[in-house]
Amino acid sequence: MAGTDDMIAKDGVEEETVAAVKTLAGKYKYGWETEIEMEYAPKGVNPDIVRLISDKNEEPEWMTEWRLAAFERWEKMVEPSWALLNYPEIDFQDQYYYARPKSMEKKPESLEDVDPKLLATYEKLGIPLKEQMILAGVEGAEDIPAEGRKVAVDAVFDSVSVGTTFQAELQKAGVIFCSISEAIREHPELVKKYLGSVVPVSDNYYATLNSAVFSDGSFVYIPPGVRCPMELSTYFRINAENTGQFERTLIIADKGSYVSYLEGCTAPQRDVAQLHAAVVEIIIEEDAEVKYSTVQNWFPGDENGKGGIYNFVTKRADCRGDRSKVMWTQVETGSAVTWKYPSCILRGAESQGEFYSIAITNNYQQADTGTKMVHLGRDTKSRIVSKGISAGKAQNTYRGLVSMHPKAKNSRNYTQCDSLLIGDQCGAHTVPYIEVKNNSSRVEHEATTSKVDDEQMFYCRQRGMDEEEAVALIVNGFAKEVLQALPMEFAMEAQQLVAISLEGSVG
Amino acid sequence: MGLPDTDVTGRSLPQSGAWAKAAREDAQARLHAMGLPGRRDEYWKYTRPDTLIADDPAPAAVFHTDEAPLYDGIDRVKVVFIDGVFDAAASDPLELAGVEIERLETAAQTDIHWAKGLYGTLETNGQTPVARPLAALNTAYATDGVLIRVTGKADKPVSLIYRHENDASDAILHHVVKLEAGADLTLLENGPAAARFNKVLEVDVADGAAFHHVRAQGRDHERQAVTHIFARLGRESTFKSFTMTVNGRLTRNECVIELTGDDAVAHVAGAAMGDGEFHHDDTVFITHDAVNCESRQVFKKVLRNGATGVFQGKILVKPDAQKTDGYQKSQSLLLDDDAQFYAKPELEIYADDVICSHGSTTGAIDDEALFYLRSRGVPEVLATDLLVLAFLAEAIDEIEDEAIAEDVVSRLDAWLQRRRD
Repeated sequence: MAGTDDMIAKDGVEEETVAAVKTLAGKYKYGWETEIEMEYAPKGVNPDIVRLISDKNEEPEWMTEWRLAAFERWEKMVEPSWALLNYPEIDFQDQYYYARPKSMEKKPESLEDVDPKLLATYEKLGIPLKEQMILAGVEGAEDIPAEGRKVAVDAVFDSVSVGTTFQAELQKAGVIFCSISEAIREHPELVKKYLGSVVPVSDNYYATLNSAVFSDGSFVYIPPGVRCPMELSTYFRINAENTGQFERTLIIADKGSYVSYLEGCTAPQRDVAQLHAAVVEIIIEEDAEVKYSTVQNWFPGDENGKGGIYNFVTKRADCRGDRSKVMWTQVETGSAVTWKYPSCILRGAESQGEFYSIAITNNYQQADTGTKMVHLGRDTKSRIVSKGISAGKAQNTYRGLVSMHPKAKNSRNYTQCDSLLIGDQCGAHTVPYIEVKNNSSRVEHEATTSKVDDEQMFYCRQRGMDEEEAVALIVNGFAKEVLQALPMEFAMEAQQLVAISLEGSVG
Repeated sequence: MGLPDTDVTGRSLPQSGAWAKAAREDAQARLHAMGLPGRRDEYWKYTRPDTLIADDPAPAAVFHTDEAPLYDGIDRVKVVFIDGVFDAAASDPLELAGVEIERLETAAQTDIHWAKGLYGTLETNGQTPVARPLAALNTAYATDGVLIRVTGKADKPVSLIYRHENDASDAILHHVVKLEAGADLTLLENGPAAARFNKVLEVDVADGAAFHHVRAQGRDHERQAVTHIFARLGRESTFKSFTMTVNGRLTRNECVIELTGDDAVAHVAGAAMGDGEFHHDDTVFITHDAVNCESRQVFKKVLRNGATGVFQGKILVKPDAQKTDGYQKSQSLLLDDDAQFYAKPELEIYADDVICSHGSTTGAIDDEALFYLRSRGVPEVLATDLLVLAFLAEAIDEIEDEAIAEDVVSRLDAWLQRRRD
């Protein structure tokens, strides 16, 4: 099945992959829970909770004030309802906004001091927090030169960062990679300058809430001219019950630098829906390039639509410098509800934005996702490739904006949105907004909706594949353009995910 | 929206008999419930409704021309309205074999009429999921219109001619066309109608019937118009509508089509050319609610000197509307840097065995094509106009009658030529 895709070189791997996927059939792989003693802030959100989170992170006064101002704004805001999503009203006072393992009370000096239970959690997730060369479970990676295989990981467990690997080695290159709480303490000048400069405090309901209560997240600074020596990644794990995760990521790529950043996330299987509202801000200066890849695999709820994560995420990249470049790649397979529009502000002349997305919804999942490409500078380019796959009773919506401002002369956009329907009880929708205010720019938008082709199915079945394998293969082919944009480790995981998230959708 | 309890528009309902009175009162209640459109309404994101809902219309100068009127050489039954008022002297007798033609003003005085159950009914169906308050306003307050019932194949078109003579006129007309099973009619419309024109056309196309519609919206520069077409299609029926718009300060054309019978076909097309103060909005909503239906939307706009084009198109495929073939195309040619185009081409699909697609492009004229023509000795201005006509051709091709299509092309050509000279 997935293994026949051309990304896997060796024949042997193919069978193993098939076997690996089969053992997972019909199950959410990451649905287990770590039993660990936790410390919670009282339920609900109010200025005291905001201060408490700020205190726990040992933040300076200006940060506490920033959060409180955000909270004051949030109280006056109304939850948006324009997305094609249908979920019960969220009681924002019935959540925990801060949860940290007791063992993290005193910040560990190094990874060796971290609670073994936490380390084991990440080990089990395939994200070992040891400074080893490769991520566990990646087949076929042995053939790649060692230098290219290093991945630095910042591991976030509920409200706190557990540890960050390879910090020393990155430091040698001048790269700062740490948790955001550490950055606020250690690099306040950078945080002060950039935090909230791409996603303002008042941006939208969930981003404002995040600004008030974010507990941790990652911080990246790549100095001018530096090509980050390894891939950086953050792994988010929600473990505690009734707890919202609000992480904040800030990435700054200074002039002429390059970084590839990966994000992964999972959560235990529970009957009660949980809230996740993150903000990611990326600043890209002249000639710099950032690649941001996400495999979102929060618990999607069970086959009857019970439980799951409500995922409200604001991600935005600001291409400030000339010739700067950003590439968003996302594979959205998890979450009961997804509300997410990674965007590009193309301010610098000749800057480029790219958005590649696969959103897969099955059972009762709902996804309303897409991107915004705001062309402000001259000769800017953007490309959107979105593949939505809907199965079971799921609803999948692409919502996007392409805007060419009067000064964005000679700019280009190309958008392609394809939807695939598997089964007759799901929905696939496209809601693009196109705004063109000058005539030297060219905007092209194409969208199609279809079902799994009968002839392709017949061809696969005839060659002895069962129905589910055939669907997985066809879907992988449908999504290939996006899968190819992913870094290798993720591409493999994503291919498996495609198959797993469609389990039970046929027959 | 804060509405007075009595009357949202300050108008009073026209005198009517039982059936029309009930329909108008219903519409008035609907309008009160939904309120007038505001600038913050998502459905009015790109077009400001202010002047369409203002108490009085902005004055619009009458456009004088010595050109022969459109459709002049075509044999047809003419029904003339001047500033929204029927002109018997200028009209032909309302007679056509296989077709009953009546005026709303007179038919509304009766207590029973075949239009009961259609007048305002298709409009009501079209109010969900999106409210169209200006259509409800029309149903309530329309002063006249035509009610056409077609029982056979009409051997010539019915032609509605809207003249504009008064700078400050405000016209509201409401037409109903009912095509019985297997019937066939071509409806032509042309002219600016008034300084401000609100028109609703409800079309009920029964099984196996065919309706062809070609309209031209009048060249008066300052005129404003909001029009709605509500069509319901039965089994194996055909609906084809084409609209040409040149000039006009503000035009909002909404077209709401419901395919309710299997194997029905609906095509909607538009060609618009604007220069200067011109805002043109095509808003289309097609609902597939039956098996094996085809829908096609083709909208082309040529814009310059600050002209603005808007396209909001939606294909909604209901859960049982399998084998749907839906296609939507919106393209704009921006001839200079001041022109603007906004598009929102939407798909909402709940059935799996469908083929639905849309394409939208915006850009300047193709430099290579221009170079090719110039290298063959065609002057730049003429070459540009040739490319403009070629760009619009795909929409014009939706007109089936060749004589009418030629007439439309000659108008577009003349419009371009006036700007060359």
